[in-house]
Amino acid sequence: MIKIRKLNKFFYHPATLHALKSIDLDVHKGETVVIIGPSGSGKSTLLRCVNRLEYAEGGDIFIEDKNALDPKCDINAIRAEVGMVFQSFNLFPHLSVLENVTLAQLAVRHRKKTEAERRAMALLESVGIAEKHSASPDQLSGGQQQRVAIARALAMDPKVMLFDEPTSALDPEMVGEVLDAMRKLAKGGMTMLVVTHEMGFAREVADRVIFMDNGVIIEDSSPGELFSNPRHERTKAFLDQIL
Amino acid sequence: MRYTGLDKPKTKGYTYFWRFVFAITVAAVLVFLWYATTKVEYIWQWGRVPQYFWIVDERDLNSEFDGQVLAVDASKIVIRDEYNAEHDIALPKDANVLLDAGSTVYYGDALARYEYRAPGILLEGLWITLQVSFLAIIIGIAVGILFGLARVSENPAPRWWAIIYVELIRGTPLMVQIFIWYFVVGVLVDELLAQAGLPRIPALWYGVIALAIFTGAYVAEIVRAGIQSVHRGQTEAARSLGMTYGQCMRKVVLPQALRRIMPPLAGQFISLIKDSSLLGVMAIRELTKATREAVTSSVQPLELWFTCALLYLVLTFTLSIFVQYLERRAVRR
Repeated sequence: MIKIRKLNKFFYHPATLHALKSIDLDVHKGETVVIIGPSGSGKSTLLRCVNRLEYAEGGDIFIEDKNALDPKCDINAIRAEVGMVFQSFNLFPHLSVLENVTLAQLAVRHRKKTEAERRAMALLESVGIAEKHSASPDQLSGGQQQRVAIARALAMDPKVMLFDEPTSALDPEMVGEVLDAMRKLAKGGMTMLVVTHEMGFAREVADRVIFMDNGVIIEDSSPGELFSNPRHERTKAFLDQIL
Repeated sequence: MRYTGLDKPKTKGYTYFWRFVFAITVAAVLVFLWYATTKVEYIWQWGRVPQYFWIVDERDLNSEFDGQVLAVDASKIVIRDEYNAEHDIALPKDANVLLDAGSTVYYGDALARYEYRAPGILLEGLWITLQVSFLAIIIGIAVGILFGLARVSENPAPRWWAIIYVELIRGTPLMVQIFIWYFVVGVLVDELLAQAGLPRIPALWYGVIALAIFTGAYVAEIVRAGIQSVHRGQTEAARSLGMTYGQCMRKVVLPQALRRIMPPLAGQFISLIKDSSLLGVMAIRELTKATREAVTSSVQPLELWFTCALLYLVLTFTLSIFVQYLERRAVRR
């Protein structure tokens, strides 16, 4: 589903930084891949390169068979197939919850309003927040906002979902409800690429766990193997620190 | 301001004392102003101001012929002139006819007396100011949003044009711009129109354009600041859903930006209303020019200028209240 080849990404401000060093990664259909690693390791950058919120200077990113780094590709069409959930939710504060979920359906998918609303309500129902459909985002708790954000991304019927530290900005008691929604999604066969610090989630839900450090994929294996029997010293040192 | 808890709690006495201080200082200022008016050698005649708002006058309807009155009724007088031609002369409403049927009239004779009522020069000026400001605000918003968007564009052509526009207009006196619009652009356009056999554009429109282009430069900068104040995450969220740059701007960024820039925009438009007083130089008789003319004929400068200031205050304060209402409505949503 996602095929990343020789991906190189540089940041030039404040200093030149080789953020991603020739990354190769495959995510197959229906797979949940969790990326872990210390801060500054490039895991968020990798995720943001997939739907080109960051432009990578070299390499290829194939989503199905379309190359997102091809200058001639229709990036908006690719992005419509790739849902993204952000650490800071990024709901549209001037719109109601329902409008947040219908906006892109109307603008990008050109659905009819009634159809978009029906789809939105079904998704809000599935993340357990349908009763708040007319509320404004700032009236919701962090956990509720993040569940709306998930519904907003799912409303586009994406083929892949990207999660960029979706629980990092949440109060501890709200982490569970968001992880539940993600777990349900993974069970339903969604292809997911998740950057997170929730090791419990990684262990339980992931098909593969990837450990990144310093712009390189150090280790890529099943969660059982990576957590109980890491092959690399750096993986071991990282896991010792956080577990 | 409500008590926030950042400083120590205030006592009741504190509030009452400072309210009292406020009242005293206001009273002192008023007394001083009153005292000052008694000291200047000036005869205040406020009673002469209303006639510049609304003219009520007894006027005569004069005959334009030599001849004889044939008939008189409520709506007209019929006169047969010396060449035996009959003329119907329409009477204003509630006119008091001074002649009976059969009377002989000469050119210039009063036929009837009636009450003449019309808006005075100040009211007319106020209306012009209102028109010019309203149109300039509407066009200024459109121009400002357009150049604000150009200013944040990745495309160098619109971006550099926006920079040139803003710096040029903001950096030169409005008076000079008005002269250029009227005496350079206006003359040129009128000449082209005349060649094409079209009628001239009224001076009012050059005034509106001058003000709108001037205000647009400031609005463009305000809009740019508003757009840039919308968090980057909003754009990322919108684009990650597959929305185009234009859709993202229209549906996500601009609605938030415009809500945020309401207060500085209000300030800009209040400025615009007052700047419209410069349009007098291009023969637009707006409020300030009207006041100047009234002063010339009445020799009551102080009352009239005070009235003029008060009228501007009414306009600007109304706008201010209106924008505050819009802001509150936007917040509630």
